[in-house]
Amino acid sequence: MRSRRDQVMAVLVIMPSLALLAIFVYGFIGQTVYMSLTDWGQGAALALKPEIHFVGTRNYAELFTGFLNVRFRQDLVSMVFFTILFVGASLALGLFLATIIDQRIRGEAVFRTIFLFPMSLSFIVTGTIWRWLLQPRGGVNVLPSLVGLPPAGFLWLSSREQALQFNWQVLPHYVVLGAAFVLIAWGVWSAARRRFRTSALVGLPGMALLAWAVTGGAARLQLLPFPEAHGFNLALVGVVIAATWQMSGYTMALYLAGLRTIPDELREAARVDGASPLQVYRYVELPLLAPITWSAIIILGHIALKIFDLVFAMAGPDNAPTSVPAILMFLTTFRGNELAKGASIAAILLVVVSILIVPYLVTSFRAGRA
Amino acid sequence: MRTSRWLALMVITVTLFACLGGTAASAPLSGKLEIFSWWAGDEGPALQALIELYEKQHPGVKVINSTVTGGAGVNAKAVLKTRMLGGEPPDSFQVHAGQELVGTWVVAGRMEDLSDLYTKEGWKTAFPEGLLNLLSTERGIWSVPVNIHRSNVLWYVPDNLKKWSVKVPATWDEFLSIAPALKAKGIVPLALGENWTVSHLWESVALACLGKDKWEALWQGKLSWKSPEVVGAWRTFGKVLEYTNQDAPSLSWQQATDMVVKGQAAFNVMGDWAAGYMATTLKLQPGKDFGWAAAPGTGGVFMMLSDSFGLPVGAPNRENTLAWLRMLGSKEAQDTFNPLKGSVSARVDSDLSKYNAYLQSAAKDWRTNAIAGSLVHGVVANERFMNDFATVMEIFLNSRNPEAAANAAQAVAIQAGISR
Amino acid sequence: MYQRGTSRWFIHGLIVLLAVVYLIPVYLTIITSLKAPADINLMTAWKPPAHPYWASYATAISKFAPSLENSIVLAISATLLSAALGSINGYVLCKWEFPGARFVLPLVVFGMFIPYQSILVPLFQFMRRIGLYGGLPGLVLVHVVYGLPITTLLFRSFYAEIPDELLGAAFIDGADFLGIYRWLVLPLSGPPFLVVAIWQFTQIWNEFLFAVTLARPASQPITVALANLAGGQAVSWNLPMAGSVLAALPTVVVYVLLGRYFIRGLLAGALKG
Repeated sequence: MRSRRDQVMAVLVIMPSLALLAIFVYGFIGQTVYMSLTDWGQGAALALKPEIHFVGTRNYAELFTGFLNVRFRQDLVSMVFFTILFVGASLALGLFLATIIDQRIRGEAVFRTIFLFPMSLSFIVTGTIWRWLLQPRGGVNVLPSLVGLPPAGFLWLSSREQALQFNWQVLPHYVVLGAAFVLIAWGVWSAARRRFRTSALVGLPGMALLAWAVTGGAARLQLLPFPEAHGFNLALVGVVIAATWQMSGYTMALYLAGLRTIPDELREAARVDGASPLQVYRYVELPLLAPITWSAIIILGHIALKIFDLVFAMAGPDNAPTSVPAILMFLTTFRGNELAKGASIAAILLVVVSILIVPYLVTSFRAGRA
Repeated sequence: MRTSRWLALMVITVTLFACLGGTAASAPLSGKLEIFSWWAGDEGPALQALIELYEKQHPGVKVINSTVTGGAGVNAKAVLKTRMLGGEPPDSFQVHAGQELVGTWVVAGRMEDLSDLYTKEGWKTAFPEGLLNLLSTERGIWSVPVNIHRSNVLWYVPDNLKKWSVKVPATWDEFLSIAPALKAKGIVPLALGENWTVSHLWESVALACLGKDKWEALWQGKLSWKSPEVVGAWRTFGKVLEYTNQDAPSLSWQQATDMVVKGQAAFNVMGDWAAGYMATTLKLQPGKDFGWAAAPGTGGVFMMLSDSFGLPVGAPNRENTLAWLRMLGSKEAQDTFNPLKGSVSARVDSDLSKYNAYLQSAAKDWRTNAIAGSLVHGVVANERFMNDFATVMEIFLNSRNPEAAANAAQAVAIQAGISR
Repeated sequence: MYQRGTSRWFIHGLIVLLAVVYLIPVYLTIITSLKAPADINLMTAWKPPAHPYWASYATAISKFAPSLENSIVLAISATLLSAALGSINGYVLCKWEFPGARFVLPLVVFGMFIPYQSILVPLFQFMRRIGLYGGLPGLVLVHVVYGLPITTLLFRSFYAEIPDELLGAAFIDGADFLGIYRWLVLPLSGPPFLVVAIWQFTQIWNEFLFAVTLARPASQPITVALANLAGGQAVSWNLPMAGSVLAALPTVVVYVLLGRYFIRGLLAGALKG
């Protein structure tokens, strides 16, 4: 029988780990958040006992609306674009590779290793190698000259061109609009499942928000008194390529394992029903890979949002076109001596990562799948 | 009477020994000395020579050479600051003389005053007054300079200029008038490197447009960043940038210098560590294989920067550190270190025969020119301003709008406590 | 979908092509590391050296020896410690429900996703206060603590496959909490231990942010040394490339030899939570 003593033992054994995590994760996050609400960074920031005052959310307001913090806003935008592109490319390439390797090809183990090994590298190593490959007047750019064409001239990591530019001023408007659509969609979905109370609880505020946005109320919520263009820095393409090179093997491994767990009977059954190989793939195999896609999005997504070492090694911390918030936090804290502002950037980064992670944790642990 | 004479003699002897003990080594030093710097690569041997000299003078002390390089100097700052914030200072650390030292460490009360050392060693006359002012506040003198570099130097290869029949431009207007012809020939008029070298170019252009007095007024908060002179400097800077290489951000400063040496570019504005690189690493002969002039429009002004070492409060081996600082300021140490580092001695009495042709000319300028402080290398502005100035530069590079850059710079100056 | 005939040739051609593309960076790294500094030229970057220049590796090894040693000590000790702790935690969380345990696991797992910037400054202040700042022991502690979420999670999902009936039988035989762990769970922990060890070893070996802020120069791991060399002043590219090879070698060897187990581990982690 499980004795009381054993129960106590179990708790005692796990306590040190939990205590360490409580301090190192939650305690320190708490301290960082507190720091972000102060003015630590004025004048004698590096005194042994610096004078620190509580200033509320001033640092956050500064970051989003102060005109000198334009780099933070662009970094935030860059982070989002980088994440979308990198996760998308890794998923697509990984699925593609897995599908090919699943064709019972010769030397499968060799190919699997070739595609997977970059994952074992440090981002520092990947960054160092790709920095050499992406030199504007060498590496990939001189490839065309090997076959007699003129060399390419793209400034991989330092191009100042931007695509998909938008005005930072309109951001609140679109956020409100987006939130309205999400809430309304949720309401409709609940209504379809006959959960009318939830439907009303989320649907009505959603409609109110929509009305507010459409009538132009939300448009008056301007973060900046002047237009400020942000967009996708083309210099990030190089970073996306390097990161995808490194991580697409991981998605390949996941998808491959997923494909291999699909019982052959399922495929057979579809084939007997007259499905073509392509149809089997599309209607039998792909849907079964959906859960893997979700896990991969979570894993790759949080890596992408936090990306630091790769950019640091590839382009250096000062190269603004490839900068991301994780780098800016490092510079702000350790070079600018603005510890409170650095803490605010870190806290914002944490919130963004949490938006991705928390729903995943909640759903997967509630479902008891773990 | 005899006894009293003996007594007197004894007293004199004891006093003499005490005096000797006070100035020279009382007891041989022992223990450790940790030196923190970002010198490595080409600069490593110069630091090593200093360490060897110290170990020869104080054989009992084990010197720990803590060098942190890379990340454009950010890594070294991150490590130093985590250590200082944690209350674990190294015995002595490299820091640019001027506001980088004063604005970060002195205002935070983390450095010891070295006035006594300066008095005892007679350094108040050995170093030029302009330099002493940079190292001091009203409350003390805070570090010992080991070298002097010049920021505003224009580099070129004389034979190439002859071949292309261009003259060394004395002003930026002259440069802008000869640049189009060079560009048409497929030669980059002005070679440029990664991010910080862009700001480095800016400070030479700004010094040319403002002149020494207004440059100083800018840092004393007496001249607004929005004034027409400063806006004009940004405008000239924008024009100069038109004649630089496209791939600048991916090049180190050495690679930018290489472009001049290889005849791909006509000129390069870089600090005079470039002379060390060309003379020592590339084995070129100063004056023949490469030539130099003050950056256009800055003739007669020496925009200086200086590496220095101080005594942090709570240094674990204080006596050893004092001995280190005493050595650094000496003529012997300065004339050992600087020919290797490719800089000139901060002292006015250095032995010029130990230096190469470039350094001799720089030393002459150092003693005769008007002195201005560098922005990029920590002399005139604190770290907060320097860090945010990168944003100002970004704004300018993205918009090419002189007014926008000037407005942003003014805001940064206010936040950093330089302007009101 | 399985293909036959000409399309099989097409597929084999395609996979070979892709493999070549994936190996391009490796090719360039190796040939560049074997060139003499004077022969490194952007325009001839793709040509292999006429004579391999092994001195790059000799220099790189002598330059990186101390940091390689640091990395080895750090990665091995932190891996073993975090695996051991993860194993016992996984056992408790999987087989010993205690009040509130339902909330503990997600809170623990959250720790592996946080951006470490958000704990960096309090972390080094804390490390300083407990006197562990700057050296390898401190770095080991940090990697063990931030490794706990993933090791706990992986062990827990492996232990979930041990049938509860087996435990019940052991109880009837008089085994207690520790006895079951020692005689029942631990002997079954080989495969999960391998997976966790591979994962932790590569993570710790490759980590950069903690290494750059928490280590004194004398305790620098290889990633910091490499970043310093490559991001430093005048770079002749043969050295960073040789350094990259050195820094990559241990983890690549681990992957090539033990990759199969690793993929299994990934799946356990990815598919289950």
